[in-house]
Amino acid sequence: MNRNRKPLLPILSFIVLSGLQLGGLTAFAQGPGPRIPLPPIPLKGDTTHTLSKHFTVASATQKAPDAEGFIQRWLVLEPVKKDIVRNNIFTDNYLRTTFSADNFSSDYTFVPKNGETVNVGNQALKWYALDSKAFNFNLYHFTYALNKPKYGILVWLVTVIDCPEEIQNVRMAAGCNSGSMWWLNGQEAMLLSGDRDMIADNVTSSRLTLKKGRNIVRGAVINGPGMANFCMRFLDEKGSPVKNLRIRIE
Amino acid sequence: MNASCLTTLFALLITQTTFAQIGRPFIHDPSTVAECEGKYYTFGTGGGGLISNDGWTWYGGGVRPGGGAAPDVLKIGDRYLVVYGATGGSPNHKGAILTMWNKTLDPKSPDFKYSEPVVVATSDGYEENDAIDPGIMLDPTTGRLWMTYGTYFGYTRLIELDPKTGKLKAGNKPVDVAIVCEASTLVYRDGWYYLLATHGSCCDGANSTYNVVVGRSKKITGPYLDNVGRSMLQGGGKMVVATRGGLIGPGHFGHIVLENGVEKMSIHYEADLAQGGRSVLGILPVVWKDGWPIAGEKFKEGTYEIESVRRGYALELAVDFTRMAVGPRGFGQPNNDPIKPAPAQQLADVQKNWPTGPIHLRIGDYMSRPHQQWTITDAPDSTGYLGGPYYKIVLAGTDRALAATADAEVITVPAFTGAPEQLWRIDQLTDGTYRIMPKTVPNSGKKLALVSSGDSTPTLAEFDYNSDNSKWNFRNH
Repeated sequence: MNRNRKPLLPILSFIVLSGLQLGGLTAFAQGPGPRIPLPPIPLKGDTTHTLSKHFTVASATQKAPDAEGFIQRWLVLEPVKKDIVRNNIFTDNYLRTTFSADNFSSDYTFVPKNGETVNVGNQALKWYALDSKAFNFNLYHFTYALNKPKYGILVWLVTVIDCPEEIQNVRMAAGCNSGSMWWLNGQEAMLLSGDRDMIADNVTSSRLTLKKGRNIVRGAVINGPGMANFCMRFLDEKGSPVKNLRIRIE
Repeated sequence: MNASCLTTLFALLITQTTFAQIGRPFIHDPSTVAECEGKYYTFGTGGGGLISNDGWTWYGGGVRPGGGAAPDVLKIGDRYLVVYGATGGSPNHKGAILTMWNKTLDPKSPDFKYSEPVVVATSDGYEENDAIDPGIMLDPTTGRLWMTYGTYFGYTRLIELDPKTGKLKAGNKPVDVAIVCEASTLVYRDGWYYLLATHGSCCDGANSTYNVVVGRSKKITGPYLDNVGRSMLQGGGKMVVATRGGLIGPGHFGHIVLENGVEKMSIHYEADLAQGGRSVLGILPVVWKDGWPIAGEKFKEGTYEIESVRRGYALELAVDFTRMAVGPRGFGQPNNDPIKPAPAQQLADVQKNWPTGPIHLRIGDYMSRPHQQWTITDAPDSTGYLGGPYYKIVLAGTDRALAATADAEVITVPAFTGAPEQLWRIDQLTDGTYRIMPKTVPNSGKKLALVSSGDSTPTLAEFDYNSDNSKWNFRNH
């Protein structure tokens, strides 16, 4: 979600206060007054750039979804740097065009390897196989841990889901900050356009079939200002989480 | 387009414009509107605030030192606790929330003096929280003082303050209660704690998607779940108020309980198109439906049946009933005559038989007749009450106006004069019905409302939310 409010506050205040000169009394009629300097604020936790705070390195052992069906294991590509001022530019057309142009592979069933490097444009980017410790996968934490850009980023995602039997009429369900696009077994599943918050089940796909055996999920999340983030799971035809899955990275 | 069309278009634009508030109600991130010595106050981002004598017309003049952003205000005992974020959200998300006291909100009062602010919450710039946007609630069941705070950057957090000092309660540790929210606050009602918070984007004028959502919990510490059982820690939230008409991007909910059954919310709209797209203060009724708060409607001008909730009868002039022609009956008989619409009874058909002086009122079966239809418009009067202007209520097509009498009855007078007993306050109640009150009752200091003393008898009496006698609906047929 694009909350440019805080960085724009000085600008907003200037505009309003300028308007005050012309427009008479407003809420700011007394002026902002002297701002009290921030008190000393001690650091409350570990601020080192380390993945282990929010993630663990994915093991070769298959992993189940969490208790609510959220997929926590992902191959995550280092961020593609994008110049994005506001997230409300994420129209359907913008997302399709951008994800097509800034792509590491047009084969949407391609599964990269942990540690592998791929090129997106002129950027050489590395894949990381990680398990999130939370239901969601916080890409802000990911990029902070790597000491990479945290804002104005596009992040590619891949995961592999083993299904013990074919399940029909499931829906992929995701929420993200701010825009994203998702594919299942090479087919587009859903598009989350606009300036969105990371809200569980914010968008669901049309009815899909999870094949028996290996299913490949591809995702792309893009964000300007704010905390890039996403969560994803599958829902059955009654809307309940699909938990009888195993997730692996290769 | 000819002049007539232009005039019509202009008239439509005028009549369809709904102002959030009038005067100079320009503010962003307003604190919950608080009453102090008969006036209303709200403070905003940057410092300063708005004052209103009646709750409808607002002007600058409020004083809040410290700058920063998004304050909140709560009266505790005989003092006001003012809480605000020091930074207004810095790009590095390092912030602090401070509290301070004042005996009055009136800057002209000799008692007006803020205490030294004290820090109650901080964010270090690395943690998943930004210490701004505080909202405070005194738990009516325990007397404990709670504050939620945080913004889009991570979690909304809950801490407990000492209601005597306004300081952080010793040993208290923050609890995460929501994610990606801004401008949160708590409300307690009927065994539930409600966490109201703003989602969406702000500060982009008419492009801002701000909206207020709610989750609820039996425990103050959560989890706060929405109407589909989704936790606000997973982004859940049921809509309370979203954009309506030209009032775009509501946020920063504040809860105001005026009396039993009469509750309001203070908010800001990111853009009011009728006021140049500026950010303005808004006040709306709070309606509780199936255990959830939703925004009611500011009353809309129009022509209505005024229905008594007591029995469902309609307010009408006490005049002779005039029969309409009865259409062909002949049930079971062959009749191949063409079917033509029957004309409705018109005012001109019946008005000539009415008295010309004051006419009494009664409540009767609604028959869609001219003596049962009321046109309600903003009165040509600049005063109002919290969230609305006074209204003029006349029989449709006439200037015959509803008026309170000195003996606490209600009548109609032949012409609207603008006298205060002809001005009516209309509040939507927490169950969605309405209260109708005269601005004044002549020779009386009593605050009375239009009530049904019998199925067919309107009068003025003290408002009782627990009785349907005190409630009305407006039906637009």
